Amino acid sequence: MGKTLYDRLWDDHTVQRNDDGTVLLYIDRHLVHEVTSPQAFEGLRLADREPWRKESILAVPDHNVPTFMRHTIEDPISRMQLETLDSNVAHFGLREFTLHDSRQGIVHVIGPEQGFTQPGVTIVCGDSHTATHGALAALGFGIGTSDVEHVLATQTLLMKKSKNMRVTVDGKLGKGVGAKDIILAVIGKIGTAGGTGYTIEYAGEAIRELSVEGRMTICNMSIEAGARAGLVAVDDKTIEYLRDKPMAPKGEQWDQAVRYWRTLVSDPDAVFDKEVELRAEDIQPQVSWGTSPEMVVPVAASVPDPQQEADPVRRQAMDQALSYMDLKPGTPMAEIPLDKIFIGSCTNSRIEDLRVVAEIVKGRKVAPTIKEAIVVPGSGLVRLQAEKEGLDKIFIEAGFEWREPGCSMCLGMNPDKLGAGERCASTSNRNFEGRQGAGGRTHLASPAMAAAAAIHGHFVDVSQLQ
Amino acid sequence: MKAFTQHEGLVAPLDRPNVDTDAIIPKQFLKAISKTGYGPFLFDDWRYTDGGGMPGQDCSNRPLNEDFVLNRPRYQGASVLLARDNFGCGSSREHAAWALADYGFRCVIAPSFADIFHGNAVSNGILPVTLDADIVERLFQECFAEDGYRLTVDLQARTISTPSGEQIPFQVEEGIRHRLLNGLDDIGITLQSADAIRAYEQKRMREKPWLYATES
Repeated sequence: MGKTLYDRLWDDHTVQRNDDGTVLLYIDRHLVHEVTSPQAFEGLRLADREPWRKESILAVPDHNVPTFMRHTIEDPISRMQLETLDSNVAHFGLREFTLHDSRQGIVHVIGPEQGFTQPGVTIVCGDSHTATHGALAALGFGIGTSDVEHVLATQTLLMKKSKNMRVTVDGKLGKGVGAKDIILAVIGKIGTAGGTGYTIEYAGEAIRELSVEGRMTICNMSIEAGARAGLVAVDDKTIEYLRDKPMAPKGEQWDQAVRYWRTLVSDPDAVFDKEVELRAEDIQPQVSWGTSPEMVVPVAASVPDPQQEADPVRRQAMDQALSYMDLKPGTPMAEIPLDKIFIGSCTNSRIEDLRVVAEIVKGRKVAPTIKEAIVVPGSGLVRLQAEKEGLDKIFIEAGFEWREPGCSMCLGMNPDKLGAGERCASTSNRNFEGRQGAGGRTHLASPAMAAAAAIHGHFVDVSQLQ
Repeated sequence: MKAFTQHEGLVAPLDRPNVDTDAIIPKQFLKAISKTGYGPFLFDDWRYTDGGGMPGQDCSNRPLNEDFVLNRPRYQGASVLLARDNFGCGSSREHAAWALADYGFRCVIAPSFADIFHGNAVSNGILPVTLDADIVERLFQECFAEDGYRLTVDLQARTISTPSGEQIPFQVEEGIRHRLLNGLDDIGITLQSADAIRAYEQKRMREKPWLYATES
């Protein structure tokens, strides 16, 4: 029987198999940010241990970083967490892209951007969106702080293998429909626990047609379907993406690496434990209505009615979500007025996301009813590239604020937040209660949908725009 | 990690599916750099009505949401949390497990758990017990019906005992059971395999040298 891509990556990193079915898995790359690392470094110090392989670690501040006036951090607790990262990096002699470095950005944007993420590696971070890196056929997954310490100390993790799931999206996407709509549709179909215990490989014509950045958007939200890791097989786009990246292999080693990378696909006769299929033509622009990413509908649809739900636990969850979101069943999604627009996060803050937004808002104005509309690039290099292309001017002329890189309003650990009751069209990944600020109401959508919503003050179906 | 052999305690029923780690411990508390002190902020947005606390705040005078399960007098002192599907989904923050442990929970029973949370719970001596949804539903009903409803969770025997004397068996991975029963230090155990890790690494350096090249 053939191997899946996941089988291949798993076997290649197996250091030792234990009698209880667990495996000691070797970790090639470790991304570290300020929020989930302090207690791990403290653990190392208390046990008088050193990081196993310092070169495997890249540290970057992102969650707490203000996206304007970033060098005056007013919140003393945020400032202390950022200073703690700097001091841990100094203490252990590690590499960090600091706030003064143009390469600083969201951890999942900078890894691929630098070529730190490469096909065939295992890459971990104390952050569940580490699944992003699977777009380059790297096995990336999020870990808790105890595991961060474990990887620092041993370069391994004790793990049990997941099952294999393949999500195949064949056919061609319609106008205005993109990677974000695919993954929201997948989550809507399989549910937020549908991928629990699985690694998902995304395949099919519509996935092949996506850029590597689009594939990152898809893999990024694997965790919103419950899967710790998402993968896309290596193809020409993967290799072209990595060519000339600063940390990608050079010269003879590049050729050697590419020969290996080409093998990082699932065998034609590989068997998956679960197969999910979607037709690209059936996917419409998606918007979430509730407080879980599975609570999602096409923008042309209406808020669903809990009375139609047979399962009592689910019905109660729908009632709770509608109450929190202050929505009534049957309300057309396009008629819900919005307060804020957030374009950013590790899901949608790469250059191509910003280009899509610029195309839609160029020469137009943010609706006067929108209190705040911000564009937050994923890294300093994305910001520089956007400015080189003049995108910043388009955003500012349309009435958006053009910010500095960071996690921003995705999770409200920095000054960018929703106030209680405020409703936001957000290109981020989670619509949980309070995620973007206590009492804030999040509607997840693509960059195109959020951009069009900014102009109109409410959602519009971008597939119908002229 | 803290050892877990047997635990008997009061049960609190948290009756909603997909409880995410943002709900278990909201983002502002992730700014702390310690592993302790999160208990007063567990389920902060649901527990208090003041729109969110701040790290380090004294919670003794904050306004309580009387409707929230952990605020009801009958569930004071609960150490077993009864939950629904996909408990602990979302963010990888181990602060969620630290908050549950700091509050006093030793065991969470649910039909399913999110993977990362499951691992984080075990790392902190909290036993996640997965039971069939219909059994969990029955435990919910028994818990609603009986004041002071307590369960005994026995990891050695892999059973949960109800007040009526019923013994419900549960499954747990042997590796997790072994680690929890003995309260083992995971890093210490792995470092016993340091030679195997080094040997693997040397081989990897030879076969895939580009992974170890230092960038210019």
